[in-house]
Amino acid sequence: MPKIMSLDELKSLRDNVKNKVDLREKGENVDEMVVIRVAMATCGIASGARDIMNYFADLIREENVNNIVITQSGCMGYCYAEPTVEVTLPGEEPVVYGHVTKEKAKEILDKHIKSGEMVDGIIPVAHKSIDE
Amino acid sequence: MSKYTMHILVCGGTGCISAQSNEIVEQLMFHINEANMSEEVQVLKTGCFGFCEKGPVVKILPDNTFYVQVTPEDAEELVKEHIVKGRKVERLLYVDPTTEEVVSDSKHMDFYKKQMRVALRNCGFIDPDNIEEYIARDGYAALGMALGMTQQEVIDEVKKSGLRGRGGGGFPTGLKWEFAYKNKADQKYVVCNADEGDPGAFMDRSILEGDPHSVVEAMAICGYAIGATKGLVYIRAEYPLAIKRLEKAINDAREYGLLGKDILGSGLEFDIEIKFGAGAFVCGEETALIHSMEGMRGEPTTKPPFPAESGYWEKPTNVNNVETFANIPVIFLKGADWFASIGTEKSKGTKVFALAGKINNVGLIEVPMGITLREVIYDIGGGIKDGKKFKAVQTGGPSGGCLTEKDLDTPIDFDNLLAKGSMMGSGGMIVMDEDNCMPAVAKFYLEFTEEESCGKCTPCRVGTKRLLELLEKITHGKGTMEDVDVLRELSQVIKDTALCGLGQTAPNPILSTLDVFYDEYIAHIKDKKCPAGECSALLQYIINDKCIGCTACARVCPVNCITGTVKQMHVVDQEKCIKCGACMDKCKFKAIIKQ
Ligand SMILES: Cc1cc2nc3c(=O)[nH]c(=O)nc-3n(C[C@H](O)[C@H](O)[C@H](O)COP(=O)(O)O)c2cc1C
Ligand code: SF4
Ligand code: SF4
Ligand code: SF4
Ligand code: FES
Ligand code: FES
Repeated sequence: MPKIMSLDELKSLRDNVKNKVDLREKGENVDEMVVIRVAMATCGIASGARDIMNYFADLIREENVNNIVITQSGCMGYCYAEPTVEVTLPGEEPVVYGHVTKEKAKEILDKHIKSGEMVDGIIPVAHKSIDE
Repeated sequence: MSKYTMHILVCGGTGCISAQSNEIVEQLMFHINEANMSEEVQVLKTGCFGFCEKGPVVKILPDNTFYVQVTPEDAEELVKEHIVKGRKVERLLYVDPTTEEVVSDSKHMDFYKKQMRVALRNCGFIDPDNIEEYIARDGYAALGMALGMTQQEVIDEVKKSGLRGRGGGGFPTGLKWEFAYKNKADQKYVVCNADEGDPGAFMDRSILEGDPHSVVEAMAICGYAIGATKGLVYIRAEYPLAIKRLEKAINDAREYGLLGKDILGSGLEFDIEIKFGAGAFVCGEETALIHSMEGMRGEPTTKPPFPAESGYWEKPTNVNNVETFANIPVIFLKGADWFASIGTEKSKGTKVFALAGKINNVGLIEVPMGITLREVIYDIGGGIKDGKKFKAVQTGGPSGGCLTEKDLDTPIDFDNLLAKGSMMGSGGMIVMDEDNCMPAVAKFYLEFTEEESCGKCTPCRVGTKRLLELLEKITHGKGTMEDVDVLRELSQVIKDTALCGLGQTAPNPILSTLDVFYDEYIAHIKDKKCPAGECSALLQYIINDKCIGCTACARVCPVNCITGTVKQMHVVDQEKCIKCGACMDKCKFKAIIKQ
């Protein structure tokens, strides 16, 4: 590790390592966060869930949105519709999208998360959050 | 770029490690690997969460799930259920003892609701062995800011915050720094006091174990402010984990250019060395501590001169406590005004307490100054164990005193506690219930100070011994009313004439209990009774009419003081009874009672 030679260098190191604790800082206030869960059971991973999850992470970093946490969940029981993504706005019921592509992911972020408009592709069941 | 989408934090504090938290980490990692999720899930070991009562603690983020009393065997289920399937493992969640409801998010636990974490901001949150996690939490940014200010500006900021020393005395920190700054010398020193000698205290240990960099950073800031290039941490050798983490922190800081020469390119030179203490209570006193670091006997010397004038090797030395230092970076990051907005008029910020004794939630807490004892004991502490009645709380350790029912609504701060005949001390808080005998409590502390007295001055060396003898007499039912007068008088003499703080404050537990629980002393002296039933010498074993005359007790009594014929009620000869309790254990009919 080369020595840090100025406050600016320290700040850029901080920005680079910020993501190490970011998830924890958001987690402390998870009630106020938008939570995106990508189903990462075997079937999800096989159909590209990991890419979708990384894509969400990249999008959020590019657009610098601070109120979103991305995490994974296990099998949501919709293997036929993988990759599936569950979106929970603060204080609202979760909504699950199926067959999520990168384009769909962008649409979910822009419309559903940013302005609260639902997007096509919702799996219309009396879905309950997997915590319950 | 870390792609982790879940973090599992496992408490790596001394308490939880002794309950196998290292094995829990290993098992979690193993099963995460098995589940092929090591790219998504990070497992890390943090400092103490404070909820040691229910350790080992495991916290999963981002959903902020708090698991308690986890064992290595639970790791598999946690991974397979929570991580893989996203289902919380109900049986390991915390259950609120009053509502009997499951609370999965620690934010909603009563234990945490009223707490405010400033000095402990990173404890239980970051991996203390990873400097980058500290940097991610704006670590060392305060040092960077301070280096952009003049020395006087740095001192003024600390003064403005209102921070007072957390080591017991409560002296204003900024003012202390200013004294050391103004004393000109070719060499000055910054010393961190991590001796932590109060029985039952573990605040400083937990900070060093959970967030060592906050202390390293603060010492560097202090070094800049007063013009010292050398720092020393005096720590007791019985704190191996804290020492290990601190050593790593110092080495990493050097490697990153945050200690050593030309720190952050500013030209500042500052480095830190660790000195080990043998764990004598008196070595926490700053002059004794300095002598001990110089390789001499750990005995106090009179002040003045204060260390700020003539300390380590007779050079200006600034001594602060671990927790005092841990507050410093935050004061710069969030501003002195922010810090000063917390607390009471003359006590700013927060205080860390180690809750112990007859309380449900034993552990480490941090609360804003000005919170009431009632909130600490009942809301955070969960009330008295086994539904017993609250009697008193001892603060300030062996130098402090007792607070009772009538003080429950007093806001806790330096001055209020002093006015109530106790003191803040370093933050030990021992809760007592109806079964605690107060003269015995005073005796406990006097045993400690008598043992720890360094013997240098007569009032303390001989005086504490005499005080202890008097207390022994009283708790054995052999005391007289004159003894009470002697206790009072001698206490005052010791307070006035002892050389250092140890002796000067040693009588406090006596004076405080005499004041508040005078009746209990009288009961021991006049009625030869211990109302709390704790002093075994004053108890009597009495056989009541449940006795069927089975003779079992008479046969077990080692001094043959139980008499009676078969099938007749037996009697204990109180004169001869040595109160061993053997008869009571033996009686199958619960006919023998202790009172
Ligand atoms: C007998 C005795 C024991 C002490 N033990 C400690 C201790 O363990 N830790 C500590 O920080 N201060 C202890 N002190 C207080 C120190 O002398 C000193 O005031 C303190 O370290 C200053 O730091 P602060 O201003 O940050 O509180 C003790 C004082 C006395 C008289
Ligand atoms: S007061 Fe006690 S501990 Fe302090 S110098 Fe005197 S003998 Fe030693
Ligand atoms: S053991 Fe109990 S019941 Fe038997 S003689 Fe003693 S007191 Fe009576
Ligand atoms: S307490 Fe011990 S000494 Fe006293 S009566 Fe019972 S057995 Fe005998
Ligand atoms: S040591 Fe684990 S919670 Fe305190
Ligand atoms: S040991 Fe960490 S506080 Fe119990």
